[in-house]
Amino acid sequence: MAVADNKTEKPEGWNRPPVMEPDGDGELLEVAMGPHHPSTHGVFRMDVALDGERVIRLKPVFGYLHRNHEKLAEGMSYLGSMPFTDRLDYICSLTNNWAYALAVEKLTGQEVPERAEYLRVILGELTRFQNHASSIGFLIQEMGASGTPLMYAFREREKILDLFEALTGARMMVNYMRFGGCRVDASAAWLDAARKVVAGLPAFTGEMDRLLSTNEILMARTQGIGVLRPELAVNAGVTGPMLRASGVNYDIRKVDGYGIYNRFNFRVPLGDHWDVYDRYMIRLLEMRESIRILEQALKDIPAGPVMDPKAKLRGFRPKPGEAYGRIEAPKGELGFYLISDGGPNPYRYRVRPPSLINLTVLEDMALGENVADVVLIFGSVDIVLGEVDR
Amino acid sequence: MMETLDQVFVLLSRWLVSFLPAGWRPAAGVALGAAAIVCLFPALFALTVLLERKGLGRMQNRIGPNRVGPLGILQPVADGLKSLTKEDIVPTSADGVVHFLAPVVLVTAVFMGFAVLPMGRNMTLVRMDASLLFYFAVGASTELSIFMAGWSSRNKYSLLGAMRAVAQMISYEVPLLMSSVAVVMIAGSLSLDKIVEAQNRYTWGLPHWYIFTPWGFAGFVLFAIAATAETNRSPFDLPEGESELVAGYHTEYSGFKFALFFLGEYLGMFSVSGLGATLFLGGWSAPFSFLGWVPSWIWFFSKLLVAMCAFIWLRGTLPRLRQDQLMNFAWKFVLPLAMLNLMVAALWHFLGHGWARWVVCSAILAVSYVGMAWAEMRSKHLGPRSYRYAE
Amino acid sequence: MLGEGILKGLAVTARNFAGSFVSAERLTTVQYPEERIALIEATRDFPFLVYDGAGWEAGLRCVACQICEKECPPKCIYIEKSADKKPDYVGKPQFYPARFDIDISVCMSCQICVEVCPFEAIKMDTEFELSTEDRFAGLLFDRRRLAKPNEHYRRIHPAEAAEVDARLASEKAKADAKARAASDAAAARAAARPAKGGD
Repeated sequence: MAVADNKTEKPEGWNRPPVMEPDGDGELLEVAMGPHHPSTHGVFRMDVALDGERVIRLKPVFGYLHRNHEKLAEGMSYLGSMPFTDRLDYICSLTNNWAYALAVEKLTGQEVPERAEYLRVILGELTRFQNHASSIGFLIQEMGASGTPLMYAFREREKILDLFEALTGARMMVNYMRFGGCRVDASAAWLDAARKVVAGLPAFTGEMDRLLSTNEILMARTQGIGVLRPELAVNAGVTGPMLRASGVNYDIRKVDGYGIYNRFNFRVPLGDHWDVYDRYMIRLLEMRESIRILEQALKDIPAGPVMDPKAKLRGFRPKPGEAYGRIEAPKGELGFYLISDGGPNPYRYRVRPPSLINLTVLEDMALGENVADVVLIFGSVDIVLGEVDR
Repeated sequence: MMETLDQVFVLLSRWLVSFLPAGWRPAAGVALGAAAIVCLFPALFALTVLLERKGLGRMQNRIGPNRVGPLGILQPVADGLKSLTKEDIVPTSADGVVHFLAPVVLVTAVFMGFAVLPMGRNMTLVRMDASLLFYFAVGASTELSIFMAGWSSRNKYSLLGAMRAVAQMISYEVPLLMSSVAVVMIAGSLSLDKIVEAQNRYTWGLPHWYIFTPWGFAGFVLFAIAATAETNRSPFDLPEGESELVAGYHTEYSGFKFALFFLGEYLGMFSVSGLGATLFLGGWSAPFSFLGWVPSWIWFFSKLLVAMCAFIWLRGTLPRLRQDQLMNFAWKFVLPLAMLNLMVAALWHFLGHGWARWVVCSAILAVSYVGMAWAEMRSKHLGPRSYRYAE
Repeated sequence: MLGEGILKGLAVTARNFAGSFVSAERLTTVQYPEERIALIEATRDFPFLVYDGAGWEAGLRCVACQICEKECPPKCIYIEKSADKKPDYVGKPQFYPARFDIDISVCMSCQICVEVCPFEAIKMDTEFELSTEDRFAGLLFDRRRLAKPNEHYRRIHPAEAAEVDARLASEKAKADAKARAASDAAAARAAARPAKGGD
């Protein structure tokens, strides 16, 4: 769909800040949802003004989890920042590591061995699978259902986390990618265990599909709610499953072809109704595509080293320059912008957090909706506060 | 011997009461029965709470509570002790008397409903000719107590929550009544005892329960939906949802009063399941004639247990409906179907006794259900979707 | 048909409910602390210092080079070098840490210290039941608490330990061979000189 050209008819007021007039002259009820709230995915506040049950104004307030990541990185070596990138989007540590390693590799022009690229793809897709499963689980949890899909998602996630622990030593804060490859090699036993886990994943997505996708109550709660127009999504810089649910075909794995993604056969699902239900289904379909990529990668992984032999662990001083490395993280485009001045620490280290950028359209999506749906719309954006606040 | 077992409670009550002078015996018998109900159903409540937590756990691939006592049997005791020892906070601006009375009214009204349920052969506490009418009158008073709770708290949000809960309960009273009226029409009496006796007949060993008729099956489904909404259970529990802005009518209650609200809700569940079992599942009659030797009260309580399991199953599977969707569903879907069901029941009565009436009635109900469902989903553009992939 | 999705969902939950009684796949609870999951071999919790032999002070591999202190991202290691030297596993005199503190309330288990250590002196332990009531001194581990024998390392990470042992053994063999060659050469030179002097 051609959203970037200037000839498509755009709706009235699409590029102005959102505004909604209350009808009736009752007082507006101003409520702060959060930061201490069971459904806000972390410490996050929404200042909501309500007219009856309709949302008139919504202002997100965040920063409760700000930990000074970018400034700290200026005082630390490049390697030392790697464990801190784990803690950005703490559910998807491996993709955070990958984006940072990609940025540094762009800065230095290092080569990554083929086996390492395959391992990165395998771990990245496993991360994407468990992130989407958890995201769907949390969305349904906020809708009621006493958290049953969440428990199923976490049951599968445990298997994937056990794989991570066997390879990297830690379940969540993995600190695994290095500049020029991966820290340790995967043994044949680990690859077999991974194949077994991946073989069990289609049954799980089938189970979630049967439990949820045609559930009438789910459809009534999510279809037509929280519509995000594609031109607004593109203008606001929204990326990831949210953008694809708004019908825009933009997947960095296809656009940039970073790593060896252009060797794999996978499809990009797109949504046509741009609502919460589409976002939920896109994540489910992407889980299926991840399984396809995993099967291909686990079959074709070659033997070889996993680390660039010329890579230095200590005394790493890239030449002066700047680089922006980005990947298709499970939540959107995760980018690292690095400026090096030739020293052991970066001069400027900037993270482009997909959750934060995606959150900027929350007000547009929630205006005019029932207050009971605000939590659902917020859940469909799928944010992690560690990334929003850094 | 089985006869004695079947009537054991009745005989026990008569024996105990025989120690008193003749003038006092009827009143004493009723008092004894009432005392038995007041002791039995809270015990069942404790068991159900445990069953719910363990059942939900198992559905979610985990064990429920199992640390307090073997298999977690003493968990309700721990919960009860906890709620008894919590500080009882009453807001200063609250209306003290009404605030205190609201949970009491709830529990009293719900207990009164049990008086007319036939729990076994000759085991109805009070036999009345219009016991169904009495039941609905008393059941409607539970809504009064919810409004008392919301009003007395002098809290804008509690009041809003209470009004929404009362609106929900009132909307679903009507389909509840309508489905019961179909049973009354066919059984020919408002008395719950006569309704059970009408169903306590067998043809080729199979019972004449009303659920095995087309109008009875539809009526039962509508009754079940309305009952779930009446007792504020999932998927209709928005007034109690945690992710809700308005915390509900019991925001200002803590400690034992909150436990009483909880008790009232579960007792309401038992009560309405008991009514459903009486109206559609034959009350205390056995499912097959060759099982008639099993005591009747065992059948009644097993049906109650099955209903509880169904409630728990629904809670573990279904997300919540939003308030306006809930009300929409009641007035535009459940109520018309309930009225249609009434007419189909009448048609059933007048179409003779052959197989023709089965076909006609089932056809009418099936077509109308599918038609209305399709119209409802279409009007809101809801439905499963197929997704395209990028080129 | 309306209600079909709900019925399918109910079927899935029912299958999980029934399955939780028969298959371990559908009942994933591990009742800690009575039951424990077997620790995965590669797991890492907090660092510890390796010593060879029986005496922890004499056999400590750490030579207080302070590389781990510099590379540690949250700066949780504090090292004080000794004034004197002691021989290491190949016999070369090395400094040793007079003080080696790790604050495990700060440590984030990233194991960069393990990666950069040139002497295989610091490794990751697998103990996680470290709760204590004293949140300052109880979580500050000194070198006595951190020092654990090589047998412990072999027990918790057998594959890694075997690799490390092999590497150290080959280093020792090379050093021994060099020392023998040097002493042979010295002995040969010493044997040659008296013969010359005796002339």
